[in-house]
Amino acid sequence: MPHGLSLNDFLGLGLIVFLLGAYCALSRRNAIGILMGIELMLNGANINYIAFSFYGGGSARYDGQVFAIFVIMLAAAEAVVGLAIILAIYQNLRTIDVDAAETMSG
Amino acid sequence: MIAQIVFWLMAFLTVGSALITAFSRNIVYSAFALLGAFAGVVGIYILLAADFVAMVQIFVYIGGILVLTIFAVMLTQGIGDVHVSNRAVGTIPALATTLIVGAVMLYATLKTPWYAAKTALTVAPTTYGIGNAFLDTYVLPFELASLVLLAALIGAVVISRQETRE
Repeated sequence: MPHGLSLNDFLGLGLIVFLLGAYCALSRRNAIGILMGIELMLNGANINYIAFSFYGGGSARYDGQVFAIFVIMLAAAEAVVGLAIILAIYQNLRTIDVDAAETMSG
Repeated sequence: MIAQIVFWLMAFLTVGSALITAFSRNIVYSAFALLGAFAGVVGIYILLAADFVAMVQIFVYIGGILVLTIFAVMLTQGIGDVHVSNRAVGTIPALATTLIVGAVMLYATLKTPWYAAKTALTVAPTTYGIGNAFLDTYVLPFELASLVLLAALIGAVVISRQETRE
């Protein structure tokens, strides 16, 4: 290995970032906090993609990086739409507590 | 040797910032800690010879998504509410779910015999190869992704326009 680092180091880092994002998304009441957890999860998955692209090598060298660029692109689109929805909810309800947005229940 | 030092520095930056994002009770602290997480990931990408993806991460994630998130955080909270703006609910089920999922994924990561490359791994600029891949092998997902971006753009404008109509 040219670094002295192995694939498992990077996969472990991606796993830790993904788990922290999952905890952030699961235990938040603030809607923007949940979106931040989703962004952390996507970053963890991207670290895995880039690590596989480097350590897999060979002719499929760029596949992981192309996929990571697609993930970044779709994360941007999703963050834009999600934040637009959150701002619209805030203008109507004056709060972004996800427990308060319950007009469809019951 | 240098690469290992850089890796551990970037890993501590990323994981430390992600810890602040996940466990902080103040939404503004969480949003600014996300900057540290994204910057650490940029360092990891450069270590893995993904220079173009690192620059895309800086431009799109830090310069786009993070700025948008901080805008939204600043626009949607009462000034007197900053200290309790991000209370955590259901920490025990979230922690239990995260630990169980993490244990399963860790087992899968360590036990799977990942494919080891037989050719030498080179550290080279990747922009040329990625550009060719986007227009040669991946042209269809590339065009569809631009359609997705168009739809997201139109959708965001429509969602944020309706309040000023009435």
